Amino acid sequence: MPKPVFDPKSIFDSVSPTRMMSSGVNPAAPPKAVFKTTSRRSVDASLAVDLQGVSVRFGHIHALEHVSLQLAQAEFLAVVGPNGAGKSTLMRVLLGLTPVSAGEVSVLAAPAGKLPASIGYVPQLKTFDRRFPATVLELVASGHARRWLWRVSSARKDAAATALETVGAGHLLMRRLSELSGGEVQRVFLARALVREPKLVILDEPATGVDFLAEYDLYRLLERYQQTTSATVIMVTHDLSVARHHASQVAVINRRLLGFGEPENVLCETCLKEAYGHSGHAHGILTL
Amino acid sequence: MADLLDIFQFAFMQRALIAGVLVSFLSSILGVFVVQRGLSFLGDGLAHASFAGVALGILLGIEQPLWIALPYTLAVALGIAWLRNHTQLSSDTAIGVLFAVSVALGVMFISLREGYTVDAWHLLFGSILAVGRDDLVIMLVMTVIVSMTLGWLWGNLAYATFDSDLARADGVNVRRLEYLLFSLAAMVIVMSVKVVGVILIAAYIVIPAAAAKLVAPSLASMTLISLAVGVLSTLVGLGASYVLDVPSGSTIILCQTLAFAGLGLVGTLRARA
Repeated sequence: MPKPVFDPKSIFDSVSPTRMMSSGVNPAAPPKAVFKTTSRRSVDASLAVDLQGVSVRFGHIHALEHVSLQLAQAEFLAVVGPNGAGKSTLMRVLLGLTPVSAGEVSVLAAPAGKLPASIGYVPQLKTFDRRFPATVLELVASGHARRWLWRVSSARKDAAATALETVGAGHLLMRRLSELSGGEVQRVFLARALVREPKLVILDEPATGVDFLAEYDLYRLLERYQQTTSATVIMVTHDLSVARHHASQVAVINRRLLGFGEPENVLCETCLKEAYGHSGHAHGILTL
Repeated sequence: MADLLDIFQFAFMQRALIAGVLVSFLSSILGVFVVQRGLSFLGDGLAHASFAGVALGILLGIEQPLWIALPYTLAVALGIAWLRNHTQLSSDTAIGVLFAVSVALGVMFISLREGYTVDAWHLLFGSILAVGRDDLVIMLVMTVIVSMTLGWLWGNLAYATFDSDLARADGVNVRRLEYLLFSLAAMVIVMSVKVVGVILIAAYIVIPAAAAKLVAPSLASMTLISLAVGVLSTLVGLGASYVLDVPSGSTIILCQTLAFAGLGLVGTLRARA
């Protein structure tokens, strides 16, 4: 079974913070710098996600319409689209939080919401209550235990500390949540998602409110995790350059699935015009 | 000090002490979830619902009106939870609507039954010194049921309180937990009405938990500090009310407020350090 071959060095070379700082995007990056596969279509793996004609309605509002999508395991999927396109709704469908009005959803070969232990979820951090009385240890341990703990055992403390070390946040272990910066919160929630060693990581706009260096670290950490575990990553993002440089697959949605495939094929002017109404700011990355 | 201890030789004071400790114990634990979820108005809403329930019991001539108040308050609690989950109304609006309806019904029921002015007064402000042996037995049973349920579900309740989506994604039935939490709140409030009254019960739920939140680094420590504030305020307030010859319920709540101010000062100084 040919699997995607990930070369982390290619990421650091092609999307260094310095280059991104100077130009916003990396003009030197080769089109397929992130993942090299012999043929993604020929990957013979069981599907991480299988959506068949999924529709979601909230009253008279159609949040998603007839979305069909099959994502193989070990892929890095970026979900892009304009505000109100249904990106977060799609994540909630995958997590089993939002029921579908029509269609079928299968996640890791099970109905959505049936395998929570195999899924790590990083929610939109702008909804996070910083005033909740808790330490980083308790938050990360809740990801391990899948409930809030009155007292964190030494085994869970070790697991939490290891996960935090993995994301470069070991020093935050006993810090209160109210004392964290935006970038630190992002790392802590990523550690919380990874502590259970998930087969699927779902992130909903994880880079909102953090600076681009912290954002860069996030993608590097995700890629490192994916490299060592062959996990699948699905991430909502508004940043088309991130989708182009870090994802192996991109889904463009605006209630309907307008494009799905490799970034260089999907992030085309026609597809983005259909999704956003114009290709606007995306024009820069289309010309890379 | 000896005089203060002597007063607890009286049976009515012993019952008052036990009743006060039980009420503060339960309301302090429950208050942590109520305050943390931003539902501080819930205590007031359910207390006034219990007022309507008791008033209905009095109107119907029921010997123990709390048996009418309990199902009525439970219905109101579940109604508030349903409105939160199934309409666009916010919590305070849902509580406010049922609060107003309950007060209106309570006043109407009381007015329809003449000669119950004193009972109504006790209903509003409580009579901790009038707690009987039967009342204590009921309170003990309720305390065991509510505290065991809260202990059993603490992990999931705390998780859902932190973030309902994260909890749901991990298989926690958040909605069922909310209905259960509201039902437990209704039980605790009905149980407490005779002791502290409709007007003051909300303070028992909110003040100790709010005081604890000012300094607690974790939800577990917030629960323990809330318990300490609630129970100690009851002990000190009960003794002080006897010595100063002032109403017990008010004195207990003023003691809670002193603890709130003290912990607020500690929290502020710690933040500046």
